[in-house]
Amino acid sequence: MAERLLTVRDLSVRYGKVEAVYGVSLSVERGSIVSVIGPNGAGKSTLLNALMGVLPSRGSVEFCGQDLAKIEVEQRVARGLCLVPETRQLFAQMSVADNLELGAFIRYRRGDKAIRQSLENVYQLFPRLKERHGQLAGSLSGGERQMLALGRALMSQPTLLMLDEPSLGLAPLIVKEILKNISELRSTGVSILLIEQNARAALQISDYGYVLENGAVAMEGASRELAGNPRVIESYLGFGG
Amino acid sequence: MDLSIILILAQDGLTNTAIYVLLAVALILVFGVTRIIYIPQGEFVSYGVLTLASLQQGVVPGTVWLLLLMAAVAALMESVRLFSEGALRDLPAALARILLLPAAIALLIHFCAPLRLPLGWQVLLTMLIVVPLGPLVYRVAFRPLADAPVLVLLIAAVAVHFGLVGLGLLFFGAEGVRTPAFSSAQFSLGALTVSGQSLWVYATSLVAIGGLAWFFGRTMYGKALRAVAFNRNGARLVGISPSMAGTLAFALAATIGCLSGVLIGPITTVYYDSGFLIGLKGFVGAIVGGLASFPLAALGALLVGLLESFSSFWLSEYKDVIVFTMVIPVLLWRSLSSVHYEEEQ
Ligand SMILES: Nc1ncnc2c1ncn2[C@@H]1O[C@H](COP(=O)(O)OP(=O)(O)OP(=O)(O)O)[C@@H](O)[C@H]1O
Ligand SMILES: [Mg+2]
Repeated sequence: MAERLLTVRDLSVRYGKVEAVYGVSLSVERGSIVSVIGPNGAGKSTLLNALMGVLPSRGSVEFCGQDLAKIEVEQRVARGLCLVPETRQLFAQMSVADNLELGAFIRYRRGDKAIRQSLENVYQLFPRLKERHGQLAGSLSGGERQMLALGRALMSQPTLLMLDEPSLGLAPLIVKEILKNISELRSTGVSILLIEQNARAALQISDYGYVLENGAVAMEGASRELAGNPRVIESYLGFGG
Repeated sequence: MDLSIILILAQDGLTNTAIYVLLAVALILVFGVTRIIYIPQGEFVSYGVLTLASLQQGVVPGTVWLLLLMAAVAALMESVRLFSEGALRDLPAALARILLLPAAIALLIHFCAPLRLPLGWQVLLTMLIVVPLGPLVYRVAFRPLADAPVLVLLIAAVAVHFGLVGLGLLFFGAEGVRTPAFSSAQFSLGALTVSGQSLWVYATSLVAIGGLAWFFGRTMYGKALRAVAFNRNGARLVGISPSMAGTLAFALAATIGCLSGVLIGPITTVYYDSGFLIGLKGFVGAIVGGLASFPLAALGALLVGLLESFSSFWLSEYKDVIVFTMVIPVLLWRSLSSVHYEEEQ
């Protein structure tokens, strides 16, 4: 059996009195893609933000065998955790190239010399970003912004990449492209925790899936089995295709 | 008023401008990165002058004691924090990190101060003493308040200002000092006589601004500071810690303040409390730039510098009043013309 990369036990997150996520347990194995699907407001984004340390939470989060309870966001980044949040959080007033370069900030601090090379790799993955490298991030189109957010995350060479709806607002063709890129990332040794509205595509590229409803895990299982589960088909996959 | 007077006043005005621009840049930097309206910036100017003046006389400057005092307070705070977190085994390393550098600097100054080294070396020693005070001020007074609203930070800044002025009086006394000019040369260009000292001021200021532009535009840490200023949450997500950025911003601001002091020392007599007014004028420049735009702030600093020198000719008692009154139309204009963004969260 593969090594456990992320183990979450009994995680709860509250906004004031409202409990948005409660009692969630999940795990990600090294080298796998795990998807979390669920309706709007189920708590998917909340879950990822809590795992990143952006939101305070209760319960235990273990990453690479270490407890993350007292670890700040930026230290989690240094340990190989990386989040592309729903709001993207790009540096709108800075250029595309600067955004990407800053993605490698922790590597720069460590004295990593291969940052240029990673930049070239990202440009190869998204040639559009290369064309627009001098443009301010704030003036990019929605799709270009998604590429930049993903590219910036890749620049940190994460061990576990957490993606919150990476295909949001993208044209179907590009969605395919991005999801293909994501599944290819696995071969470079990155594990991925993926949230996707497009449940069908998410289950197609992932190994394991969780269905989150009202802040709690309603179902889980190997993605192929989930995709064949009548309840999942009815609620999330719809008819056809 | 003839041409030669106008030229002299303009030259004075430009000399002031060169210094206010630097201070305005420091204020914008600190505000951008930490949301602190950095009232105590001026104290670093007066500390710079007072420290250099002490070294000139071959005595150990009072700022060395201040440095040790601040380091001790920081060490105490760190001990309490580690104790309350039950992480006492980290204590020796943490204390070494905080105390070693200030102690080494104090020791160095103890030996170097009586030697009366050449002016250039003394300037370097001055920087060595005053610059570390910046990050220490951040660590002791502001870092514990990192998530506080702007108003609380402003109140803390005012408190720090009074604290530093008081300590300035304690360590340096109430006498004013002047430091020697870098150059006593005079050049004449037609009707205009340019002093070597003002050329020093212009050149240093230009080099410093060029250096800062390079730092912010080209280096990873410079870009990281801008990233924190633009989007704090985004910066954390790429691993830039706000407190690292704050420490760096305060170190830069202290460098700029101390450098301004070294430049201004030969031009004006500086007392323990002179920094405030000087800093405030840099602040007016920064306000013209909306505490965000460097070019507009430079323009504001130019306006302040020229207004100050010309009003000191016509209405010298009122020169400060005139300069500060200028803030009112500028604020009016800015509040009418600028778009208001919601504070990013
Ligand atoms: N800052 C907040 N304060 C209070 N409630 C919040 C806050 N953010 C989210 N919520 C609530 O928490 C619940 C979960 O929100 P979350 O954003 O995690 O949902 P989601 O599963 O990501 O939905 P979507 O698919 O629409 O992105 C929602 O009911 C939402 O209204
Ligand atoms: Mg969401």
